[in-house]
Parts: sequence; structure tokens; C-alpha cells
Amino acid sequence: MYTFSNKLKTFSFVLIILGVIGIAYGFLTAPKTVQDVELILSEQHHGGHGSHDEAHATTDSHAVGDSHAEVAAHDEAHQKHLEHVLHQLQNKPWSAVYVAAIFFMFIALGIFTFNQIQYAASAGWSPVLFRVMEGLSAYLLPGSIILFILLVASSLHLNHMFVWMADGITDPNSPKYDFIIAGKAAYLNIPFFLIRAVIFLAGWNIFRMLSRRNSIALDETGDLTYYKKNFKLAAMYLVFFIITESIMSWDWIMSIDAHWYSTLFGWYVFASFFVSGITVIALATIYLKSEGYLDFVNKSHIHDLAKFMFGISIFWTYLWFSQFMLMWYANIPEEVTYYIFRIKEYNLPFFGMLVLNFLLPVLLLINTDFKRLSWIIVMTGTCILVGHYLDFYNMIMPGTVGASWYIGVTEIGAILFFAGLFIYFGFRALAKAPLLVKNNPMIEESKHFHY
Amino acid sequence: MSTKVIHALYNDDDVLMDAVKTTRAAHHHIEEVYTPFPVHGLDKALGLAPTRLAICAFIYGLCGLGFGTFMMDYIMIQDWPQDIGGKPSFSYIQNMPAFVPVMFELTVFFAAHLMVITFFLRSRLWPFKAAENPDVRTTDDHFLMEVSLHGNEEEAVEFFKSTGAVEVKVIDKH
Repeated sequence: MYTFSNKLKTFSFVLIILGVIGIAYGFLTAPKTVQDVELILSEQHHGGHGSHDEAHATTDSHAVGDSHAEVAAHDEAHQKHLEHVLHQLQNKPWSAVYVAAIFFMFIALGIFTFNQIQYAASAGWSPVLFRVMEGLSAYLLPGSIILFILLVASSLHLNHMFVWMADGITDPNSPKYDFIIAGKAAYLNIPFFLIRAVIFLAGWNIFRMLSRRNSIALDETGDLTYYKKNFKLAAMYLVFFIITESIMSWDWIMSIDAHWYSTLFGWYVFASFFVSGITVIALATIYLKSEGYLDFVNKSHIHDLAKFMFGISIFWTYLWFSQFMLMWYANIPEEVTYYIFRIKEYNLPFFGMLVLNFLLPVLLLINTDFKRLSWIIVMTGTCILVGHYLDFYNMIMPGTVGASWYIGVTEIGAILFFAGLFIYFGFRALAKAPLLVKNNPMIEESKHFHY
Repeated sequence: MSTKVIHALYNDDDVLMDAVKTTRAAHHHIEEVYTPFPVHGLDKALGLAPTRLAICAFIYGLCGLGFGTFMMDYIMIQDWPQDIGGKPSFSYIQNMPAFVPVMFELTVFFAAHLMVITFFLRSRLWPFKAAENPDVRTTDDHFLMEVSLHGNEEEAVEFFKSTGAVEVKVIDKH
């Protein structure tokens, strides 16, 4: 039986408090009016760094013309530019929270999905890790609630993250009318969006709750019907998951860039959080083992997790490249703007994540001996988690804050806040049940698993 | 002078594993073991050094990657940088996504084929090679352990009989 150590509990509280301070700072310093933005931009102009400079410089270039009409046009363009930047900067703390919220909720979802795959595949190696997976995926419920609140906040127009939610965007008489978005309004409308979100989040959480309940009941009663129930549940969940996951990625991520679409986006998002989930399982297992709670977990279990990290990292890269290369190759304007903007404005995070998510895992985890060394896995796992945070950052931020991005106090605060919540809820659930499942038909095989 | 070897035949892989362990514990030198199928853990019991084939494959893969990169760079960028459908042929990196499939496939091709060829060379396998099978039954259902003989012949035969061998032969090997 695991006890949630006070040290770790305090650590998670510290993370949460630091995170709240960071997030509050972000919301309090976000500009309220166009004048604030003008001040910020002029400061940055003189400071002489950042990409705002360039954007500003292009509007300045209008002033070269000497007729009064052009000066007036410039003023108007300048006002529009300020308003544009204002919306981006107001979105920034919201997006920082949204990226971190969705990233950590997805990690819990990835862990739960991995757990269900192990059930459905009747895997013989992993039952010793089931409790770790069940415990860590407990963050799914609080994570879902927070994410849903954020989606509702967007729907209530508290932010401008989802451009298709704006008032009048589907109204032909409105100056905000957008022909393309209006054409998607049958799918992209607020009530339907929220209903879908409720179905997905509730569905996943109900599956998790039932699976956990059956697992505990199997422990207590030894009645194998619970095992069979969990097997069937896992099969049903995986079907439900792959459909809802795909739609969820259109809704919560792709619809931020409402003019853009990609067919393999759902799998791409899945690969990204699936590998992060497996990495978190590996890191938590190594942590618990080092604390002496998982004596029945041997090097071969860690080795298998590392193989999954390695393989799914490559799978993610395959999907990333497939999506990128097809659009780059065909160069259709409506598709390729997505990448042009990211390469121009997000160059370092966009290509940096390839190093973190592909190059380092491949080179570090290709060696069999390395896959058995805890410190290598911790190091690579950190790279993978940072890399996939950046991946979600690259998916969401360009559509909400555009070129006004930087990873500052708010972003890091949001990561700390959700990391703290994840640790708190995950490890609290770990402490609620014995760390070794009993009566699972595969458990003996799993205990003696060696590779 | 001809050297003598002992051929001890077994009909079960578990018995063979135990025999290998006791033989090694008794400090007999095992020349070779012939089995009809891979016996899990036999290499560890024999104390064989781990294979370095995977390291070879990794190096071959890097060679393939290098070759693919060089080939595409020379042909598409250096030798005749034509405009084909508006693809940017000014530098390698600009047009790299289009070359990645070639680079990937050549990496796999080099790694796989050169590794297989390395395996054939190292294990001396080729067409028309005379089979080195000491007993035809070892390809079907028998396991054979070949041990070099030093000292007393009868004593050694008794020893291998006691390890569960179904048949022990002393053979002159030239």
C-alpha cells in the first residue's frame, strides 16, 4: 500500500500556488485597452526585439506615401493593427491556461487509453503496472471539469480563442461576417460544441470509473467475471475513444484555426498525448520504484515502457511529417498558410520540438542497454514531455495569440499549476488501493516477466 | 594426432540446458551445440558473447542515410538544379521534405541488407556450402552437444551419460 508522502503533497501544493500566482500575473498584466497595447508596442519597438517589431514596421511603411489620404489610411490600419494585437494579448493568458489544461488532461487520457489497450490485448507483462495507470489517470475527472469550464468560458465570449464563436460571424449583414466559417456553422456552433464536449468528457470518465471499480472488485472478491467485464469494457472504450478522440481534436484544437483542416489531425493529436501518457507512466513507475513501493516491477517492465516511448515517438514523427510534407508538397494556399505562419513566427518551438520529440528519443532509446537505465529514461522522458507540451503550444497558440507569443511567467505558471494538480490527484488515487493488483489472471506471468 | 570429441545427444531442450550447465560447471570445453530450433537462454548458459549485429545495422543505416543525402543533393541541387513544379532547388534544406522518403528508405535498405549480408558472412552461410551437420537427427528432434575430450575417455562418457544424454559417442575429428 502506497502512502502519499507529505513531501510530495507539499511539493504539489507549492506547484499549484506558484502556478496560481503565475496565471494571476498573466491575467492582471494583460492589456485592457488599445492605448495599453500602443504603449507595449512602442516599448518593444525601442527595445528592438521580438517579432512585433517587424509587424509594426510593416504598418509604418505605409507612412512613406506623402498624400493625406494615405496617412489617414495608415492611421486606420494602425488602429486595426492595435486592435488585432490587443485581442492576441488578451487571449494570451487564456491560451496559456488552455494549452496546459488540455495537455495534462490528455496525459491522463493517454494513460487510461494505454491501460485499456493492455486489457483488450490481454497483455501479460503489464498487470503489475495497472495500479500505477489507474491511479495516475484519476486526474482525468478534475482535468475534464477544468477543461469544460474553459470551453464554457470561451463560449461565453470571455476570450477570443475560438474565432468561429464570435458574434455575427455567420450573419451576412455583420462586418464580422466570414463566408467560410458560416459554411461550417452547422457543425461549429456553440450549443452543439458544448454538447459534444459533455458527451466525450462524460464518456471517458464513466469508462474510467467503471474500469477502476471492476479492478478493485476483482481485488476484493477474486471473481473472474470482473476481469471479463473489464475486458469487454476496454474493447467498447477503445471503439468509443477512437471516434470521440478524432472529433475532440477537431473541436478543441483544429477549430481554433477554423479556416484550416487536416484529415490525419486526430491521429496526430492522439500520438502526441499517447506517448506523453506512456512517458508519465514510466516516470511515475521509476519514482515509485526508487521509493521502494514497486519491488515486483523489474528492469524488463521499465524496458518495455521505454520501447513504447521509443516506438510511439517515431509514430508521432511519422504523422507529423506526413501532415507537414503533404501540405508543403502540394502547397495549396488554404492548407499551407498553417505551416507558413508557424515556420515564420514559431520557428524555434516548431522545429525545436522535432529535436525533442524525435531526434533525442531515437538516439537515446535505440540502445537496448540504455532502455534499462533509469536516468536515461528520466532524461528522455523529460525531453518528450517538454517536446509534446511544445507540440500542443504550436497547435493552439498561433491561432489564438499569433505572433504575440512568448513563453513567460503565465505559460510556465500554467504548466506548474496543472502539474501540481496532476501530481496531487494522481498520487492521491495511487494511495487509495494496493499497488499490486490481486486475482488478475495475468499477474503471476507479469511478476515473472523478463525480457 | 587426431583430436577426439564427445557427441552427447539429448532429446529434450530442458535436459540439454541442465547438461550445458553441469558440463560448464565441470570445466569441460563445449565446442558446439546443435539444436533443431532456437533454445531460449542457451547462449547465456553457454556463456556466449552478445551479438554486435545491431551495432553494425545502426552504422549501415547511417551509411544509407549519408548515401541518400549525398545522392539527392548531388543530383537535385548540385548537378542540375532544375525548377520542377516550383520546388525550391536552391539549397538542400529548402527542398528536404521531398527527399525524406528517399533518405528513409535508403537508411532501411542499407541497414537491413548489409546486416543480413554481415550475418551470412559471419556465420559462413552461402549457397552450395557443404552442411556441417554431425548428425541428421539434430535438425529434427535431437540436441547434440560436442565437447572436446581430454584425459580419461570412459570417465567422460560416464559423466555425459549421467547428464541425461540418450546417446554418447566418441568421435575422431580430423
